[in-house]
Amino acid sequence: MISVEFLGPIQKPVLKMEASSLQDVADVLRQDDEMAQWIDSCAVAVNDTLVASLNTVLKDGDKVSLLPPVCGG
Amino acid sequence: MLELHDGALNVPEILTRWYTCESTSNYGAYIPFVGTVRDEDGIEGLSFDVYEPILNSWFDAWVAKAEPLGAILKMAHSRGDVLVHESSYIAAVFSPKRRVALETIEQFVEDFKASAPIWKYDLRDGERLYARERSTAIEGAGLLGRAQ
Repeated sequence: MISVEFLGPIQKPVLKMEASSLQDVADVLRQDDEMAQWIDSCAVAVNDTLVASLNTVLKDGDKVSLLPPVCGG
Repeated sequence: MLELHDGALNVPEILTRWYTCESTSNYGAYIPFVGTVRDEDGIEGLSFDVYEPILNSWFDAWVAKAEPLGAILKMAHSRGDVLVHESSYIAAVFSPKRRVALETIEQFVEDFKASAPIWKYDLRDGERLYARERSTAIEGAGLLGRAQ
């Protein structure tokens, strides 16, 4: 089981799911109507490190974070 | 040094404390940038969410990048609400000579705007509204939406 957390303005509770790679997470979130406005603009981190490939392997207990567009300062 | 504060920053206190801290460190240049909330478009202020784990690693990478130049970085940012004419952000570079500090502060602040995991909201009529049109997607964003 992994957890998916939605940061900043995405008003969505933590999602727990079975996933062996980021591709599995993408497959689920692409079917989620709430995520339609966010999915193309979010960066993705696994265990607080930004990642660049859907082939990223996930293991039990991993945390996937979705980071929508930022604006500090 | 990275500091997060609840609400507006006490700018004189922070700038003075940083100055005092490095006053005998033999830096010839101290260049701070202070970001203040402007009165525009009828907002009452801004509000900020901060994701600390990735902010910390982003900042640590910048500290490592500045170190070979002989420079050090300091940064303070607000969490929560900051009203018009209050300040939410201070970045500063100390370096032996001015050129490194001038160049580093510009690169650091620009990368901060594009990459630091902080989300900004307008405070308007008692509501907290995500400033999406002023926000920037982090490099590499959109991964989950890409066909594999």
